[in-house]
Amino acid sequence: MEKTVRETIKDITRIHLLEKKSMCFGQCLTAVGWVGGTLPELYEDDGMVEVATSDVANGGFVVGAGLKGIRPIYVVRYQGFQWYNAPIIVNYACKSKEIWDIPCPIFIRSIAMEGAIGPVAGSSHHSLFQRMPGSKIIAPMTPKEYQYSYDKFMKDDDVYYISEHRRSYDNTLELEDIIYENADFTLFPISITRFDAEKARLKLEEEGYKINIIHQLWIKPFVFKDEWKKALTGSKYGAMVLDDDYEEGAASSIAHNMMIDVCKKVYTFGLEHRTAGFHPDVDNLPPSPEAIVEKVKFIINQNS
Amino acid sequence: MKNIRLEIFKKASLCRNFENELYKKVQDKIIKFPVYLSAGQEFIASSIAVKMQELNISPDIFIQHRGHSTYLAFGGDIYSLIDEMLGRKSGCANGMGGSASIQCKEKNIYGHDGLMGNQVPIGVGACFASKTPTVIFVGDSAAEEDYSLSSIGWASTKKLPILFIVEDNNLSILTEKKVRRNWEMHDVATGMKVKSYDIKDDPMEIYDHLKNSFNEPILLNINTVRKFWHAGAGTDGENFDRYKEEMNFFGKEGREIDEYNNKLVLGAWKKQLEKQ
Repeated sequence: MEKTVRETIKDITRIHLLEKKSMCFGQCLTAVGWVGGTLPELYEDDGMVEVATSDVANGGFVVGAGLKGIRPIYVVRYQGFQWYNAPIIVNYACKSKEIWDIPCPIFIRSIAMEGAIGPVAGSSHHSLFQRMPGSKIIAPMTPKEYQYSYDKFMKDDDVYYISEHRRSYDNTLELEDIIYENADFTLFPISITRFDAEKARLKLEEEGYKINIIHQLWIKPFVFKDEWKKALTGSKYGAMVLDDDYEEGAASSIAHNMMIDVCKKVYTFGLEHRTAGFHPDVDNLPPSPEAIVEKVKFIINQNS
Repeated sequence: MKNIRLEIFKKASLCRNFENELYKKVQDKIIKFPVYLSAGQEFIASSIAVKMQELNISPDIFIQHRGHSTYLAFGGDIYSLIDEMLGRKSGCANGMGGSASIQCKEKNIYGHDGLMGNQVPIGVGACFASKTPTVIFVGDSAAEEDYSLSSIGWASTKKLPILFIVEDNNLSILTEKKVRRNWEMHDVATGMKVKSYDIKDDPMEIYDHLKNSFNEPILLNINTVRKFWHAGAGTDGENFDRYKEEMNFFGKEGREIDEYNNKLVLGAWKKQLEKQ
């Protein structure tokens, strides 16, 4: 049986603590569920450290551990909690190397959840880290991508923000880019939108459209690869960056960079600019396959 | 005991003379960014540094923004500090730290980034990861930050070898403590089961309270007097000056030490300015 993202994270954590003698900090790590089954059943003597319910200070504890060179993992169970956990990380850990020549590498597992989780916790907030210097942001959704992210971190000395999504934890599949010579439209999905973008692409193809899909693993630094530029240049009606963060963040920034490089319109589609409620009627979810299909067709029709 | 008091005074004298000269450099507009002068508070770091020497411990030190005296008392290089004030790459923080974000790797002094009080959780986390004896300096105002308070609580829970030093000058810029809160740090820390003491910045009183450092977390709330403005070169009038008291105590020897450090500081500034 192929390995899931969940098992990949669990194995990485086990090796990081038991073999590399590091630490993993977080709230309620050893509670029932072990953070969606992504943690091995280890305790403080093994390096699995339960911190207090003091989100801002906890970020500081991890920075301190990072300064001592142990490359801690920091689990933040809901990405929205980063608004409280981020201040000391983005202001100290991300800047320490530049100011004091002291790197402070931290592997931040920031976990998004989809739906029914209210005004603070749900969906991704990677854009929060994007605007500060000194951080790198990756959104791995497959087992190989997750392993790659960890391996990159271990060879680097920066703060890594790993934008996870619980819906990816059961995934065993790798996601491939599809690029045509002369596509009608190109999708650049980030994080969990990659799965629904692929569904939307298949649906659009059934309707006769040629749709590229180029999966975005790295959010920061964003490197616009030559083959992507070529794909966008040949994409008749432009492209769309999809995200499960608010559009006014990473998605807009990446779209802007693409448009500067290639004279094509690049749209964005992410969370609506409003607060999410708990009830499904007032929730604020990432774009569904149906919504993506509808928006792509609208753009194509508008420009035909 | 006189020898210890004298050793403390020697360190404090270097700190005071450095701050006096920096004060002039700001007034003369040689330094054109905000500086946070620690004159008046120098006996705190000096007393602790002497005690650490006696204990033969090189602790990790987490400094606050008003930290020139901490840097110098624990043996930070004066030339690198001057270069830092001059914004040079050869400065102790690559010329990026200015007055508030100085560091000294050789002496395990970690820089402060300007987010008030965040050296408390950072120092606690570093100590948790390394179990190295750690001294964390924080002002009475920064100590009020919610994350400072919860960090003291976690250090207590984990029984970490940390000395929390609250440099209590009673002021947040110019807002007095009584306006900001109706509680005292040592009471709060005691409530968190940290051994805590409210003391004066009398060097021997500080020194005597460091006997059992690093067996468990200890908090010293040390009442002191800031001689100069919160930032920049100015005074709010004449206040009690511990430095004068101590110099008088040592009489001629005290004045000679002061004179020696004055020359040392002037010489260091002259040498560094001539490099320009």
